[in-house]
Amino acid sequence: MQSNPVTTPETPAVLGSLPVLRAIGLGGQRGERPLFERLDLALEPGSVTWLRGRNGRGKTTLLRLLAGLASPTAGEIRLGGEAGGRTAREAGPAWRRMLVFIGHHNALKDDLDAGEALDFLCRLSGARPAPERIQAALARLGVQHKRRAPVRTLSQGQRRRVALARLALALDQPLWLLDEPFDALDADGIATLNALLAEHAARGGATLLTSHQALSLAHPVPRELDLDRHIAATQGRPVPGTDDGRA
Amino acid sequence: MTDLFVAVLMRDLRLAMRRRIDTLLPLVFFLVALSLFPLGVGPEAQTLRQIAPGIVWVCALLASMLSVNQLFAGDQADGSLEQMLLAPQSAVALAAAKCCAHWLLTGLPLIVATPLVGILFGLSTPALLALVAGLALGTPILSLLGALGAALTLGLRSGGMLLILIVLPLTTPALIFGAGAVSQVEAGLSASGHFSLLGALLILTAVGGPPATAAALRISTE
Repeated sequence: MQSNPVTTPETPAVLGSLPVLRAIGLGGQRGERPLFERLDLALEPGSVTWLRGRNGRGKTTLLRLLAGLASPTAGEIRLGGEAGGRTAREAGPAWRRMLVFIGHHNALKDDLDAGEALDFLCRLSGARPAPERIQAALARLGVQHKRRAPVRTLSQGQRRRVALARLALALDQPLWLLDEPFDALDADGIATLNALLAEHAARGGATLLTSHQALSLAHPVPRELDLDRHIAATQGRPVPGTDDGRA
Repeated sequence: MTDLFVAVLMRDLRLAMRRRIDTLLPLVFFLVALSLFPLGVGPEAQTLRQIAPGIVWVCALLASMLSVNQLFAGDQADGSLEQMLLAPQSAVALAAAKCCAHWLLTGLPLIVATPLVGILFGLSTPALLALVAGLALGTPILSLLGALGAALTLGLRSGGMLLILIVLPLTTPALIFGAGAVSQVEAGLSASGHFSLLGALLILTAVGGPPATAAALRISTE
């Protein structure tokens, strides 16, 4: 069995070194427009993967595919690394139980206060965090004083922090899919998120995130998945089942 | 499954408490629309009594449809809907919770306000009881069908009008039997057949509605 270089010895990888999630020959589209095809990817325990690509390349689409919010046009998503591992569709609830998806929207209701909004998001995944844990999570992101404030009154950065506070509570979910998590965060917020990502990796979790700024995460060193390069490479090669591209 | 149901229901009720004006609008619409009929048709007591059950049902139907429009739209706009669909529990629980919240916030107030309307139209007590009983069985049907329509038209530009056009034909049986029950009672006949049919319709939509709504939500968010 191959060992994972990122996992340090004193923090054993909970899930072994098999990938948390694997995509094989994945194809995605938005509306009728194909975005990428034949994409292979493995999210390994203890890794942070930086999904790069220009606007409109399909970064968000890929994250949504991996979260099960959309269906791929081709290929499959498998949980665990074995060839016989269950496809994510078969796993259904087990798949959704193992992931946290934080999209471009913060999913906070304007009329709830920050604590209630966070509590609701945690309840959706079946957790019932104690009020102290909610308080601690908000404190971790530096927004504990906003706990009783309606989300409506929070700034963009503060809303992002409340949404990201879920990560401080998501200790049981090995897969984090984050769409532009650094958006609207200040330097202090970025440092906190980096710390959360590092802790998650140390627990043996895997993260796939998009960001337009270069990542400042030092440990683990983020792997790169460049959709621009992937699309350029796959479009140069012949597509199976067609005649063009042979020259 | 019950965790998700309770979490979504409690959140929707809490949100409704924070937006009281919005929550009261369907009820106000119902009462205002009803009070227009005596003005338009004329104050003749016999005519009003005759048309009252039908009018009350049509106004309840329209009040339900106008409010069901926003059932999922707000949650889709701020990303909450995606998060709810990502819950490990089945989306059927989510759809059921949304229907239940809609009924508690729209259907139930209409039922409570109906005795007042009965006085306005001079309905006899047995007819009024039949009307209230019919609405109690019928308004959940409206919420269940409305939620399905809202899920199907989610994200469409003219979704509001389309929703009404999709759902109204489906609600006609409830309208016919609900209003018919009152006429039966007024004619001195038993309305139990009408109530049985309304009950059967309610069971049918309660069993079929939430799974269909859940499937429509998944399609709409893809």
